[in-house]
Amino acid sequence: MNIWNWVALGGAAVAALLVVAVVRRRASASASGRRFFRHPTAAPGLFVLAFFVTVAVAAPLVAPYKPYQQIDIDHLQNRSPSTRNVLGTDPFSRDVWSRLAYGARISLGIGALAMLVAVTIGGAVGATAGYFRGWMDAALMRLVDVGLAMPRIFAMLVVVALWDHIAVPVLVLLIGLTGWFATSRLVRAEVLSLRERDFVAAARALGAGPGRVIGRHVLPNAAAPIIVSAALGIGNVMLLEAGLSFLGMGVPSPAPSWGNMIADGWPKMAVAPWSATFPGLAISLVVMALNAVGDALRDALDPRKEAV
Amino acid sequence: MTEPLLRVRDLKTYFVTEQGSGTARAVDGVSFDVRPGETLGIVGESGCGKTVTSLSILRLIPEPPGHIRPGSFIEFEGRNILTLEPKELRAVRGNQIAMIFQEPMTSLNPVFTVGDQIAEAAIVHQHLSRAAARRRAIEMLQLVGIPDPEERVDHYPHQMSGGMRQRVMIAMALVCHPKLLIADEPTTALDVTIQAQILELLERLQAELGMAVMLITHDLGVVAGTADRVVVMYAGQVVEQAPTVELFAHPVHPYTEGLLAAVPRLDAPSLSLRTGGRGRLHSIPGQVPAATAWPDGCRFHPRCPYAWDRCRAEEPPLLDASQGDAGTHTARCWLVTEPQRRTRRP
Repeated sequence: MNIWNWVALGGAAVAALLVVAVVRRRASASASGRRFFRHPTAAPGLFVLAFFVTVAVAAPLVAPYKPYQQIDIDHLQNRSPSTRNVLGTDPFSRDVWSRLAYGARISLGIGALAMLVAVTIGGAVGATAGYFRGWMDAALMRLVDVGLAMPRIFAMLVVVALWDHIAVPVLVLLIGLTGWFATSRLVRAEVLSLRERDFVAAARALGAGPGRVIGRHVLPNAAAPIIVSAALGIGNVMLLEAGLSFLGMGVPSPAPSWGNMIADGWPKMAVAPWSATFPGLAISLVVMALNAVGDALRDALDPRKEAV
Repeated sequence: MTEPLLRVRDLKTYFVTEQGSGTARAVDGVSFDVRPGETLGIVGESGCGKTVTSLSILRLIPEPPGHIRPGSFIEFEGRNILTLEPKELRAVRGNQIAMIFQEPMTSLNPVFTVGDQIAEAAIVHQHLSRAAARRRAIEMLQLVGIPDPEERVDHYPHQMSGGMRQRVMIAMALVCHPKLLIADEPTTALDVTIQAQILELLERLQAELGMAVMLITHDLGVVAGTADRVVVMYAGQVVEQAPTVELFAHPVHPYTEGLLAAVPRLDAPSLSLRTGGRGRLHSIPGQVPAATAWPDGCRFHPRCPYAWDRCRAEEPPLLDASQGDAGTHTARCWLVTEPQRRTRRP
């Protein structure tokens, strides 16, 4: 790891601090923003997220090696952390830190994109069911019941097992398509109460069609709980991806994801604990940060706390 | 007489109650006309079906549990609203017939600026560009008398007072210059001074834009000052209908009589003020019956001071009680045929 990598890494930390400072400044203008930062773990959580996102974006700068580069397969396997390989090397003589940095792209990316898919579908289904009620509601919610009753990881294993290698976009879709059930329940509940509000009746009296009423009057008012559940959900998706990758069913090697890094490292856990421990730590840190930020968002966006 | 703008005939809007304990006949055979440019007041106490009537005209009744019974007829400019396709119906809502609601505090969407919300109807119906719609919103704010419209257009509802929000609601309703404005208790949530301002504004706008107004209220004072004709509703039915002056001078139905007697007055001793000036305000005894079980016969008979056997047995139709032109004043009361029975003062 050369001096420029260290500078870049320091830069990532500074950038993350700056993000926290800027967000804090912006947020202090509103009551809910101040509530967000009153949560003790909100700022550290935001810092951790901003840091890993910066590292993911700047991976070529902070990582000294290519993620799949085998530095010296004869002499450099399972090396302990040193100035040259800060987090050591894995059983295939790859730099753990470099893989961790590039792996952030895949793990965070899958988490965010799969959640986006899930929230989009869950939001659309929940809004449709809640707004139109009647048979549409009944049919969609029975479908959701089926989805919630399905053991997700086994269902995914079945699908994944049909192919020997699975492309990352397919994995994203798969996780997203099996993860929207709870979101749709949540959105439906919000929509059921919002559709009875006076401003929705007023919009209908103005001649707005169902699409316009849902898109402009109902969903924007349901944004807060959806955002909170998405923030909390990304952590779950990342854990799921890690679990699948660990089982060898997720992101295919040699592309680095934090899950398959653990899978690569764990057979040598006794002699070279670093190659499985550090990606494990990264997952834990990010998921904890997401939960902290999600909790703080929930507190901040809950209108019942407006008086505080 | 000009052709009516809106013709409502035998409107029946029923609700199936949750427990299945019966059908609430909220509006039960209501008929009236609104003529172009006039103000029609619809008066009655809570639960008499005023709001359900107005929602039925725009077909905004939540279905289920509510439904408009077959046989009902709502004609607007010669078209039956009850048989319009959803798309045609949306072209009428907000464009030809607009509505303002009772609660200005909750009838505006909290997440959009008032300008966006005023512009919405113009975008929906007239397909204006965003910039043109914004200019339109500023004009409308000016029209309804909001100061600094250029600045106010970007404000959110929570930054405005109740009176201003009601002005915004009126601006929203009038963007497309509707031919009929339904105002459902537009001033109930406002204090008296603001109430007077809003009513004045409505009157001014009505004169400027030449629209008809259906003013729904429980406040006879509001009706007296603004309406040309009044329809009095009780228990889901029209019980009396007359020009405002005539209704106040010669109420026929005992319910109307009771309502007028129940208005507190500073200038003259009301019917119920006993001598000595320490009299009590008149009230109509009893309560509005449940909409699931209207009384047999005349629906007002349990509360009526004049009721006799016929009232208990036979439901009166709307009878002509006009003193001038036939049909201008009607009342659903047997007293029209047997006026000598009006003996006791209520």
